[in-house]
Amino acid sequence: MTGKTARTEGIRFLLGEEARQLEDIDPNTTVLEYLRRVEGLTGTKEGCAEGDCGACTVVVAERSGDDGLTYRTVNACILFIGALDGRQLITVEHLQGAGGGLHPVQRAMVEAHASQCGFCTPGFVMSLFALTMNATDTPGRRRIDDELAGNLCRCTGYGPIIAAARQACKVQACQDQAGQEAGQPPAEARAQTEKRINQRLRRMESPETLHLKGRHGEYFAPKTAAALGEILARRPDATMVAGATDAGLWITKQGRRLDPMVYVGQVAELKEIHLIDEFLVIGAAVTFDQAHQAIAGEYADFGELIRRIGARQVRNQGTIGGNIANGSPIGDSPPALIALGATLVLNRGGGLREMPLEDFFIEYGRQDLNPGEFVQAVRLPRRRGEDGFRCYKVAKRFDQDISAVLGAFNITLENGRVARARICYGGMAGTPQRALACEQAIIGRPWTEETVRAGRRALRRDFTPMTDQRAGAAYRMAVAQNLLTKAHMETTNAEWPTRLVGKREAAHG
Amino acid sequence: MDNATPVEAPGAAGRPHPHDSGRKHVTGEALFVDDIPAPADLVYVHAAGSERAHARVTRMDLDRVRAAGGVRAVITAGDIPGVNDISPTGTDDDPVLADGLVQFHGQPLFAVAADTMRQARAAARLATVEYEDLPAILTIEEALEEKSFVLDPHTMRRGDADKGLQDAPHRISGRIRIGGQEQFYLEGQVSLALPGEDGDMVVQCSSQHPADVQHQVARVLGLRANGVTVIVRRMGGAFGGKETQAAQWAVLAALAARATGRPAKMCLDRDDDMVMTGKRHPFIADYDVGFDDHGRIQAIKYMFASGCGFSADLSASISDRAMFHADNGYYLDNVEIVCHRCKTNTVSNTAFRGFGGPQGMVAMERVIEEIARKVGRDPLAIRKLNYYGGEGRNVTPYHMTVEDNVLPELTAELERTSDYGKRRDEIAAFNRTSPVIKRGLALTPVKFGISFTTTFLNQAGALVHIYTDGSIHLNHGGTEMGQGLFIKVAQVVADELRVSLDRIKITATDTAKVPNTSPTAASSGTDMNGKAAQAAARTLKGRLRAFAAGHFGVDEAEVEFRLDRVGAGKHEVSFAELVKLAYLNRVQLSATGFYRTPKISYDREKAAGRPFLYFSYGVCVSEVAIDTLTGESKVLRVDILHEVGRSLNPAIDRGQVEGGFIQGMGWLTSEELWWDSQGRLGTHAPSTYKIPACGDRCEDFRLTLLGETGNREGTIHRSKAVGEPPLMLAISVFQAISDAVSSLDDYRTVPGLDTPATPERILNAVNGMPAGPGKKP
Ligand SMILES: Cc1cc2nc3c(=O)[nH]c(=O)nc-3n(C[C@H](O)[C@H](O)[C@H](O)COP(=O)(O)OP(=O)(O)OC[C@H]3O[C@@H](n4cnc5c(N)ncnc54)[C@H](O)[C@@H]3O)c2cc1C
Ligand code: FES
Ligand code: FES
Repeated sequence: MTGKTARTEGIRFLLGEEARQLEDIDPNTTVLEYLRRVEGLTGTKEGCAEGDCGACTVVVAERSGDDGLTYRTVNACILFIGALDGRQLITVEHLQGAGGGLHPVQRAMVEAHASQCGFCTPGFVMSLFALTMNATDTPGRRRIDDELAGNLCRCTGYGPIIAAARQACKVQACQDQAGQEAGQPPAEARAQTEKRINQRLRRMESPETLHLKGRHGEYFAPKTAAALGEILARRPDATMVAGATDAGLWITKQGRRLDPMVYVGQVAELKEIHLIDEFLVIGAAVTFDQAHQAIAGEYADFGELIRRIGARQVRNQGTIGGNIANGSPIGDSPPALIALGATLVLNRGGGLREMPLEDFFIEYGRQDLNPGEFVQAVRLPRRRGEDGFRCYKVAKRFDQDISAVLGAFNITLENGRVARARICYGGMAGTPQRALACEQAIIGRPWTEETVRAGRRALRRDFTPMTDQRAGAAYRMAVAQNLLTKAHMETTNAEWPTRLVGKREAAHG
Repeated sequence: MDNATPVEAPGAAGRPHPHDSGRKHVTGEALFVDDIPAPADLVYVHAAGSERAHARVTRMDLDRVRAAGGVRAVITAGDIPGVNDISPTGTDDDPVLADGLVQFHGQPLFAVAADTMRQARAAARLATVEYEDLPAILTIEEALEEKSFVLDPHTMRRGDADKGLQDAPHRISGRIRIGGQEQFYLEGQVSLALPGEDGDMVVQCSSQHPADVQHQVARVLGLRANGVTVIVRRMGGAFGGKETQAAQWAVLAALAARATGRPAKMCLDRDDDMVMTGKRHPFIADYDVGFDDHGRIQAIKYMFASGCGFSADLSASISDRAMFHADNGYYLDNVEIVCHRCKTNTVSNTAFRGFGGPQGMVAMERVIEEIARKVGRDPLAIRKLNYYGGEGRNVTPYHMTVEDNVLPELTAELERTSDYGKRRDEIAAFNRTSPVIKRGLALTPVKFGISFTTTFLNQAGALVHIYTDGSIHLNHGGTEMGQGLFIKVAQVVADELRVSLDRIKITATDTAKVPNTSPTAASSGTDMNGKAAQAAARTLKGRLRAFAAGHFGVDEAEVEFRLDRVGAGKHEVSFAELVKLAYLNRVQLSATGFYRTPKISYDREKAAGRPFLYFSYGVCVSEVAIDTLTGESKVLRVDILHEVGRSLNPAIDRGQVEGGFIQGMGWLTSEELWWDSQGRLGTHAPSTYKIPACGDRCEDFRLTLLGETGNREGTIHRSKAVGEPPLMLAISVFQAISDAVSSLDDYRTVPGLDTPATPERILNAVNGMPAGPGKKP
């Protein structure tokens, strides 16, 4: 089907308000390379080419309903050009009004002395632009931190940027610049602009697979699970790409080429998230950001964990399916999902199979995924009764850091005894791994310090962690044990502060 | 030209003008080197690094590299026309490309120039290189053991340390290991070389030291300095990391341009940048201190060992500066400070904001903590007891008299405004009832010496033109890396000529305009270039004044420069009109200015003299919380009092203080450099090397700048340097973390905590504490 009905006239998107159609482009080109080398738009900077510094932050606008747009920041350095198809790309060059006046965000940044060397600045401006477009009220400090966690600044110490964020978000400042210049009420002007862009984007949409095949390599962007299955069946050598927050680095850092590349980010079925009976079913191409609220509503700690995965740009781009399929021992969502008893739904040419998520991870670098098969969804059992789930991410930095150790504890108590326990760790073995010995050591026993001590000892049988740049083996083991202690303290002693961020925080004062 | 009396600062100076490029930063119009539109035929240069820490290269086969698609040139050590060395101080130990011997993992072996960056990188992977391993020394400890040094040790002495230690009622010795730090400027190293006639080269570069780049390019290419022009408009951050470290990439770009006859750009990828360029020196500090029952120091001996990496680079001055700051703000009677400069098979370490000073201070503050725990007093009491005082307690270990000390006053003020005492009690109460989370508090001072300790570097030049339309072109030897130097110097010139700021065009630093400049470093950029530009402006003003007096027939004293206008008796003309008239009457409208820092002189042989014109001071209180189960930490509140003299631009100065503090906090907490057993840097990207993020900047951050009375020395408008000193305010964070850990045994024991205080180190320190009332199993 893809062969016959595929659309081959190239990647179509809006660059600001200008239409673009790229037929003859290497699908391995990142949006950043495209902007800087092809368009000569050098306002967007490269600081790391791995998604960690935010200097390359741009905004991608997508249709929301028939009139509106949603605005998401992404890291252009690891986003492949094909992901722009049917979307609007907004860069720092597009913010000034027609008369050249500064956008309120830009003005606030200048007035707050929020740039020193200025290299990080366009990225911050874009993050703040998205914040002002999405904020419905004046954001508090935590919200600002969450929006800016993916933008590093080495000069300012952030104080003036935080001040600029507050200033820019004051209701009056959140005006649409164009509207102001045209003498229209800002909200109205913004609505008009969005409607216009929405319509232009709609005209670019197509239910057909986008297929590029040129001298630079081959690219598919199917729209349905069936089309995806068919492409993979024909091209088992193809590499799937979702948010590219892992795959992008293979190209920028390892010098690899992905050819053919199959973009799964527009496959309708994979983008769905819904409640079916006792399960939250999350499509593989659902981004962390899109899944955040639904998950947080079931398990607060899991929600907090997602808040700490990457930063805003990475969560806007990265998917849960990618987090699982990547098979990393330090992916954050698998330990939580495994502890909660989630299952994985795999699809091969329409044939589905389902397995406990822990069985998917065979060993380091090897997952139970057959050629031609793709991850369709993950099924997360919903909370029953009280939210006793505990999950802790330990890293060198609270924001945008990879876990040294992650512990997830799903412990059910009945009459003061441990009735059931599913405990899973990340960073302790070659895959996300359940602590079976520890579970056995505590199940059926009273939930006491003594039991915890037994569980701590058992963890030594479960794991032989390694030393790397993130942490030493001894530290990993000590923390793994201490997290069990912490889970115990939190479920038995409500009054102590036990965390530095998130709930039960020892806030100042 | 040195104004001994305070100058009123009307006009532009003293105001919080925004950064001159602020608007261009936010619109993305500010051009960094990589943003300059690519000239036709541009080639991209990539350097391939060694895969061994220490080895002889037995074979290097680059045939497949040469044959790869898009490759225009491959450059090895043998292809260098001039000298294969870029050591900044003439130590002849810094090859551009390794020649048969590799001395650290990642050391550049050869360079590839290709039509695209991806092609250059892909081609480099095709090389076949074979090595014969040599024993590698990877740590300072190993280097000390093996007596592996890049330079001779150096000693400073006053009084009799041995005797003082013997006589002291109490004596403690210990060791602290102090980690290095990656500069992590957001803009990586980058150079664009344009070949010209006669083999000349113009290099657009991101460098704090254009003159060094110029000389290195000339030497390596076999040109004279007059054949190379280096231009630096702005850097995307530098922090010392582009003082000597920019040269290698400029040189490689120039070599590629020479080899291909095409413009060549070398732009280091972040990982290469972190692997191939130097960082802050790690240190080991051993101390042996004697003190009385109150905690007053009677004698101290320090043994410092700096980890220099494989070559000397600036390690001599950096290690010396650690020694110069091993007293921080305290009077050390009977003192001996030795510093070894260790050679390791790691990248050669280099300048980073503070330039060794921070390491010396961290050691000193640990000593204070040791004494406090021993005598059972709050460390703040010990600090106050040991501050420099008047006669008899005011001479440094290098025999300079401290004349401007304000630490006692600053400390008293901050202790009051930060509620130190009350919070101390609250924290004690909190810690008693909180078994997992513990809080800590610390107030630490900073006294930082201003001037290059290499005396000859304390000179600067400027060039100012006035064009016939009254517009002004300003140029000087200082470079702009975000610190606001350009706007400050422009403010000085506007102030001097009494013109509005927008009349002045701030132009790129250019070795063809102002020659033989010093690096923009040692916090001295404004002090020196401000003075030089002021001198040039004064020369022009003098000429205009003399001309106006003659032209309008009045006394020179009657010529008055008002804002953009000039009065002469009853005549008044616009500044532009006067300039036009002066031109028509053949008055020279271009002038250079020069400045040499007065009063300083230092005899390194004797380790005695006055290396600094003055000191900058500040104090900081930090409050932190730690998690004793994971070792995580968080800063809860910061109070800073920092002295900036009479600020030329308070907004810029605030930015320097805040930014410096956060950078120092990162150094001492989350920023860990980690090498594996093969000498490979494991933390070579922001994914693994964690500088502070927005959320790490605590909400409760109270900063006050002081100094309205002005610098007692005759600095530019009586301001004080502000670039480096604030970084060291963050030592209070480290001390507060230590304080929190120490609460576990009721403040009896100094935790075994080295820097950076990562969660891992904090947890180890927690677990190493003797069981006390506050300790959980
Ligand atoms: C700056 C940064 C910070 C990060 N921080 C974190 C963090 O804190 N915690 C964390 O866990 N991760 C983190 N990551 C890693 C990454 O974001 C996650 O692993 C993310 O979930 C990957 O999703 P993706 O959609 O981007 O996957 P992609 O990069 O597109 O793909 C990843 C892998 O999954 C495969 N794949 C994707 N979709 C499917 C599918 N439907 N079926 C089969 N295979 C598929 C791809 O072929 C590829 O092998 C970070 C990454 C970056 C760049
Ligand atoms: S360049 Fe650093 S996140 Fe993209
Ligand atoms: S202003 Fe320099 S990195 Fe932010």
